[in-house]
Amino acid sequence: MVAIAYVAIPFAALLQRAPWSDLGALVGQPVVTDALRLSITTAFTATGISLVVGIPLAWVLARTQFPGRSVARALITLPMVLPPVVGGAALLFAFGRRGLLGGPVYDSTGFLLPYSIWGVVAANTFVALPFLVLTVESGLRGSDPRYEDAAATLGAGRWMIFRRITVPNAAPSIIAGAVLCWARALGEFGATVTFAGNLQGRTQTVPLAVFLALESDRDAAIALSLVLIAVSLAVLLPLRDRWLAA
Amino acid sequence: MLHATIRVRLGDLDLDIELRVGDGEVVALLGPNGAGKTTALRAIAGLQPLDGGRIELDGTVLDDPGTGAYVPTGDRPIGVVFQDYLLFPRQSTLDNVAFGLQARGRSKAAARAEARGWLERFGIADHADDKPAMLSGGQAQRVALARALATDPQLLLLDEPLAALDATTRLHVRTELRRHLATFDGARLLVTHDPLDAVVLADRLVIVEAGRITQEGAPAVVTSRPASPYVAQLVGINLLDATASGDRTVRLASGAELTVADPLPGPAVAVAIRPQAIALHRHRPDGSPRNTWSATVADLEADRDRVRVTLGGPVPATAELTPAAVAELELLSGTQVWASVKAVDLVAYER
Repeated sequence: MVAIAYVAIPFAALLQRAPWSDLGALVGQPVVTDALRLSITTAFTATGISLVVGIPLAWVLARTQFPGRSVARALITLPMVLPPVVGGAALLFAFGRRGLLGGPVYDSTGFLLPYSIWGVVAANTFVALPFLVLTVESGLRGSDPRYEDAAATLGAGRWMIFRRITVPNAAPSIIAGAVLCWARALGEFGATVTFAGNLQGRTQTVPLAVFLALESDRDAAIALSLVLIAVSLAVLLPLRDRWLAA
Repeated sequence: MLHATIRVRLGDLDLDIELRVGDGEVVALLGPNGAGKTTALRAIAGLQPLDGGRIELDGTVLDDPGTGAYVPTGDRPIGVVFQDYLLFPRQSTLDNVAFGLQARGRSKAAARAEARGWLERFGIADHADDKPAMLSGGQAQRVALARALATDPQLLLLDEPLAALDATTRLHVRTELRRHLATFDGARLLVTHDPLDAVVLADRLVIVEAGRITQEGAPAVVTSRPASPYVAQLVGINLLDATASGDRTVRLASGAELTVADPLPGPAVAVAIRPQAIALHRHRPDGSPRNTWSATVADLEADRDRVRVTLGGPVPATAELTPAAVAELELLSGTQVWASVKAVDLVAYER
């Protein structure tokens, strides 16, 4: 009861302060629509990238033995426990204009990751990837590896086994992991503001816009928050019992 | 023809066995849990690397750590029926059987058409679109067999093919499995901890204890002349030659008749009876079960916490009792007793 109340009261306070009459106009402002569009596209892109690189990593962590595996798992967990601002700073030192990798890339191609929409995606992926990897890894551990053996005896290669057996058997954990990953990416603030900046229409996601608007236009901040809550609920509610419980 | 010398160290297990299975032969690897039977099977399938030895099938070396020769699992002409069958839960019965054909390069349509033929052969075409969870134990086993045989293997491996079934289904499925195994003419190797399964299904038994072979031979030889008390306890099954004298009755050489629960598979049968299934009484039991006969105790032999009682009379058999039961019945060599066994405890199979 206390836990429910503690979570519910701030939302109630937010709703009580909401400028219901002007809501339509507030939500229609370019600052809101730009931020919303950016948030949704970058969260989905980051989730897509996490799925592509995260499922194979989860498989390796769950199914194979190699020296340094516990180090690898600790490393992938690090962005979860690190303050996102630190993550953003680390990303700058790696991919910034004078960064470890960003420097040579900028010098040869002129491509710069920070302060672009790809910077937002990079920051989102950095903080959200661990949620996917750890969820899928635990799902894979729970699924019987002998099914993969059975497929191998039938002549299936590694890729066919992965695609036809491993992924379908781990589907519930993959969906749960993707939802957690997406939710984390949508709410990302610290790493984004550090690494990608806060430029409206380019790198200003909804959380950044909310933070900025709290200083100047409190009603707009509340409207943005409500929109973010609505989008989150729209994605989480249909999935909640079916997948998140598993 | 399979010729495998398998040496594997895995945890507490130190496995070192040599196996030969000829074409058309059914060999049962029989032993207690943890003896290394499944590990041997996995090594032959390529799922468990060898530490030493050599696996050769029809003249092709599949694995030889000495020379570095190694054929990966998927390229071995071996079909495997796993314990619990391991049918892919999210695919239909048809797609389960088509999986191996697709993996070996058939188009999806061709693989499915061929898979349908296999389901028809095993009498489960009606369940082609069902998910494995909807199948009974016996049906699931047929799908597992169809899936393993669809890729046209030269060797069929079966790991505890009946362990997933309850006692009543087991009786039927065992007979059915024997019939299906007969349709495959390659080498067949099955692993089981159940001596009855081994005796009914196999032409030859290989007893494995703690990673070593302790005895091998035809079921009749191993059961009648066990090499050690342990083997005696493990495979001490009564095997009686008989002829059909009715739809459900058999006549032994002595002329005694026994009744079985299921219709007989053919005119010449062998009847297997577990020693634990034979009950002994000092007086003729009331309400006489049909299979009751008068016998003489020929010998008593204590074996761990059980006593094996050899019976003379019309049904030459060995019963197994607890020492307490032996004391209560005051059994001695020469004691006259009544023996009885339920029809469901008689397993008749074609000789």
